[in-house]
Amino acid sequence: MAHSPVPNEDLGKSGGTARLKIFRGDAEGGEEVDYEIPLVEGMVILDAVLGIQAEQAPDLAVRWNCKAAHCGSCSAEINGKPALLCKSRVDEYDGDIHVGPMRAFPVIKDLVSDVSWNYEVSKGITPFQSDEQAPFTMYEEDVERLYEPKKCIECFMCQDVCHVLRTHHKHAEFAGPRFFVRNQWLEMHPMDNQDRLHDLKEDNGLGYCNITKCCTEVCPVGIKITDNSIIPLKERVADEYYDPAKWLMRKIRGR
Amino acid sequence: MVELQRDGYQNGSRERYEVREHDVLIIGAGGAGLRAAVSATQRGLSVGIVTKSLLGKAHTVMAEGGMAAALGNVDPDDSWRQHFMDTMKSGKFINNWRMAEIHAKESPDRVYELEQWGALFNRTPEGKISQRPFGGHTYRRLAHVGDRTGLELIRTMQEKALATDAKVYMETTVTKLLKNNGRVVGALAYTRESGKFVHFKAKAVVMATGGWGRIFKVTSNSWEGTGDGVVLSYDAGADLVDMEMMQFHPTGMVWPPGVRGLLVTEGVRGEGGLLRNSEGKRYMENYDPQKMELSTRDVVARANYTEVQEGRGSEHGGVYLDITHLGYEGIMKKLPTMYEQFKNLADIDISREPMEVFPTVHYTMGGVKVDPETCESSVPGLFAAGEVAGGLHGANRLGGNSLSDLLVFGRRAGEGAAEYVQQSTHSTEIEEQELLTEIGRVLEPLEKRGDGESPYLIQQELQVAMMEHANLMRDGDSLQEGLGKILALKDRLPRVSVPGSRLFNPGWHTAQDVRYLVQISEIILRTALERKERRGAQWRLDYDGPDEELGGINFIVSKDEQGEVGIERREIPPMPEHLAKLVEEEKAKA
Repeated sequence: MAHSPVPNEDLGKSGGTARLKIFRGDAEGGEEVDYEIPLVEGMVILDAVLGIQAEQAPDLAVRWNCKAAHCGSCSAEINGKPALLCKSRVDEYDGDIHVGPMRAFPVIKDLVSDVSWNYEVSKGITPFQSDEQAPFTMYEEDVERLYEPKKCIECFMCQDVCHVLRTHHKHAEFAGPRFFVRNQWLEMHPMDNQDRLHDLKEDNGLGYCNITKCCTEVCPVGIKITDNSIIPLKERVADEYYDPAKWLMRKIRGR
Repeated sequence: MVELQRDGYQNGSRERYEVREHDVLIIGAGGAGLRAAVSATQRGLSVGIVTKSLLGKAHTVMAEGGMAAALGNVDPDDSWRQHFMDTMKSGKFINNWRMAEIHAKESPDRVYELEQWGALFNRTPEGKISQRPFGGHTYRRLAHVGDRTGLELIRTMQEKALATDAKVYMETTVTKLLKNNGRVVGALAYTRESGKFVHFKAKAVVMATGGWGRIFKVTSNSWEGTGDGVVLSYDAGADLVDMEMMQFHPTGMVWPPGVRGLLVTEGVRGEGGLLRNSEGKRYMENYDPQKMELSTRDVVARANYTEVQEGRGSEHGGVYLDITHLGYEGIMKKLPTMYEQFKNLADIDISREPMEVFPTVHYTMGGVKVDPETCESSVPGLFAAGEVAGGLHGANRLGGNSLSDLLVFGRRAGEGAAEYVQQSTHSTEIEEQELLTEIGRVLEPLEKRGDGESPYLIQQELQVAMMEHANLMRDGDSLQEGLGKILALKDRLPRVSVPGSRLFNPGWHTAQDVRYLVQISEIILRTALERKERRGAQWRLDYDGPDEELGGINFIVSKDEQGEVGIERREIPPMPEHLAKLVEEEKAKA
């Protein structure tokens, strides 16, 4: 007898039904299709989507990896709002559940958008660099505030909800909240020796953000993007470029 | 970089594929693959990185507890020697001792290198990197940042790799390694988004695809863990080692059903979490009274399993893991991810009530057999590092040794591949017909237009069979029965078919995956039948204990001339004097 308990398929079945309207289509367009699947206790939208995929729609496209809200792969939109499918419980929604792809990026197919633009932006940010040789001596109080921006799982939902990208399509001039979060820890790391303020102002379009806090609201790991990343960076840029004394110094130094 | 479009001709239809050329092709973009890429680009080579997912989503991100390295920051008595010893003991001495030595000596440098590249770890009051205790480690050894150390590692490596000239091919699946004159010289792949084929020409290939936990139903692994790399290497003629050794993590989530198997970090026990059964008893005192909850994973997993099996389980068939003593503040500082995970997914407040946990398939100790110095496999031009490679962990991996493994051997694989490329001038040409035949094979499930077997169904049947017959307690009859089931699934593979187009079609992708899953399962069952003893993760109920002779043996798997699974018993070479002395001293201590 070397048998292990194989979980019973009927475990947790509630007798109820989850009803989803899932966008099926591609870059050319598409429409919502109705699906039904037995409701299981604690079921998240991703469970439902994967169940539908295995039994009803084998070619239904969805991204996912860890299924534990650690990796940020399964971002999509539920009832028009960005959400991690693995973290959104079916029983949190009343009535129809509309599931579609993130709309600030080009749609590839079904629930999958082309997010590659984000990686291009990331490549353009000056990476961490230090004059010091590790091991560094740094105390908790020096780095405490860096833990928050470091939690980012790159789900890109803040990018999806940001109206500068979503409505105004400023992808060419604006890096988006995710990359202000990255710039924040880089700029605040006590051992980093680079200056990114010029890039933030000129290339990353920090000034476009008018602090509506939409990004903070959707962040699945609770980063206060507007208050703790964007505003401090705006302040630093203002100090550097709009302070009259500094302006004069730059004139004198010729840069 | 050479970029060409070429036309081929197959089955009456014109088939296009793109050609991409690099010095080194890295398959997999987890910690090991990215570290290898950094090494190879530092040598001025052209590097291509292929990943099945988006960059930064690799399974490395799921590592929570930390990265083991004998820094001695909190316990100054720690040393590479003790780390080596702990690793060998946990692996029940069938580890590759040279890999264990290299790993123990080089891990500290890899931690500091991460810090140099911007990674941030929790600090000690003296301003050094803090280290936490973990199962089987003699000293507090795990560099960590809360319970998201893997995220910190992958993000740091991702940003480091993005700053190099390496070209990343995201959401691209490799279907075959290509050989010319006995050497691996590239791979055929398709992009998941469009279904278009790419012929990667490369003078060397580094395999860094991770493990194969998806052969089990209850697993902490993501969909990606289908063991592509180990089967691609096996098909290319590489030796595999210790394939019977699968690690069951003692603590996976149990309830609700959708999260079953999801990892509960060992950091919970590292921070003082207590295991209790339904009678409220701290039962680890019956299994390992010295180390209790911080015994090695194989021991704790069997203990949890046994408690449930003998009727002392929790409501949903697990045991209780209690961390309430830390309180809300302590938990939010040390284990915030766990708090959120249970709160969101299970409606459990772990600062007030215990978690329900049960073993979950987590890690594969076995894999491609490599040279410890260069990570080259038994096939010239093919290198392997990280979870897909075997040898370092022997019969059971210590928690925290995986993240350090990725970087120590990822770096060595990158260096090894670079050295190899710089010393050779071989051709990377491939006969066009070979590429077209492979493209034809990969497209087959689509051409049947859904008129055949569902790949999802075969995958589910396989996962249930492996749960039933190759779990953490095994016996000969059951393994044999499981093998019969897997071979029956193998016979059904040619009938797999999927509807839809090549455009981002997960059904088609799964049709590729199931071939790997079936092949690995067969290998595991066959090697588990051969190792007739109880050792680490291989626990045969039909044998009483460890077998002295088998303690000196690795089972080496390679494809035989008939294309079947060939298994060879290979003696472990004796340790050199300086390591043998350490083992003697350790025995004298006990």
